[in-house]
Amino acid sequence: MDNLGLVAAVSIAVSGLTIAVGSIGPALGEGRAVAQALGAIAQQPDEANTITRTLFVGLAMVESTAIYCFVVAMILIFANPFWDYFLSRAGG
Amino acid sequence: MNPDQVVLWYLHGVPVNATVFFTWVVMVFLVVGSWLVTRRLSHGPEMGRWQNLLEVVVTGMRDQIRQVTRQDPGDYLPFVGTLFLFIAVSNLLAVVPGFHPPTGSLSTTAALAMAVFVAVPVFGVARQGLWAYLAQYLKPTPFMLPFNVIGELSRTLALAVRLYGNIMSGVVIGAILLGVAPFFFPVLMQLLGLLTGLIQAYIFAVLAMVYIASAATAHRRTVAKEGEAPAPRPSQGG
Repeated sequence: MDNLGLVAAVSIAVSGLTIAVGSIGPALGEGRAVAQALGAIAQQPDEANTITRTLFVGLAMVESTAIYCFVVAMILIFANPFWDYFLSRAGG
Repeated sequence: MNPDQVVLWYLHGVPVNATVFFTWVVMVFLVVGSWLVTRRLSHGPEMGRWQNLLEVVVTGMRDQIRQVTRQDPGDYLPFVGTLFLFIAVSNLLAVVPGFHPPTGSLSTTAALAMAVFVAVPVFGVARQGLWAYLAQYLKPTPFMLPFNVIGELSRTLALAVRLYGNIMSGVVIGAILLGVAPFFFPVLMQLLGLLTGLIQAYIFAVLAMVYIASAATAHRRTVAKEGEAPAPRPSQGG
């Protein structure tokens, strides 16, 4: 396999791995957060507004870790600097 | 994929790409819509349906700002409200065929995050004075100075990438599904995209508000009154 094929294969495999591994943690964390928030709202319906707002902001914070993984995966597939480098070396 | 690379036409040699064009579309939509509605405002209970809609939106934003900051929302409403309306309209128009949401480009979201980054010290200095604002970076101990500065930068980056990643992923998934699945699935994803788009607009505005409020209120060790929660402390980074 030449350099170009190697870079392509590794990029595709790693981008899949990135999003697969990187979304496990945020998914578990967000599930926990939602469950706790539901419990809190069930106990104190009057505080639903505050709880919901805090939940959304917290979810956004957790979400951003998964989004970093997503962006890395997208960069590996669509805007891979190594791919461009080897492509120019190969005279493509 | 990236609306920055879609050049629509050249204006005196300057390439006008989809991001710029659709940003202007959203701005014109907001300005003309507001102008049309606010031309004939009524004070009484008899009002047009559009005025009713705008009043609901504005009072809703004022209530949210008041809840987050526990201050009068008047000063913050123009900035934060504009952020929310621009992002929300841009995300909601994504269901229109041929519309590239400008928030699906990192350039737009970075610009919005930079605006928040600049607004935080501006509001902070205006509310507290220069030295009191700068002294916040030395809280709780001067050793925390580098971490406070890094936190300021990283939360701005997170603000930009969060919005960009969410909207761009929605657009990309929609496009991919259109290629492989029949009519039904992409429509479902678009509906989900509407929900996430609105939530992201809300989150962006609330986070901007929290950052500004934390800079604009002096961190005195106030004893919280009975039945009143202390002001929310923003988390760094994230």
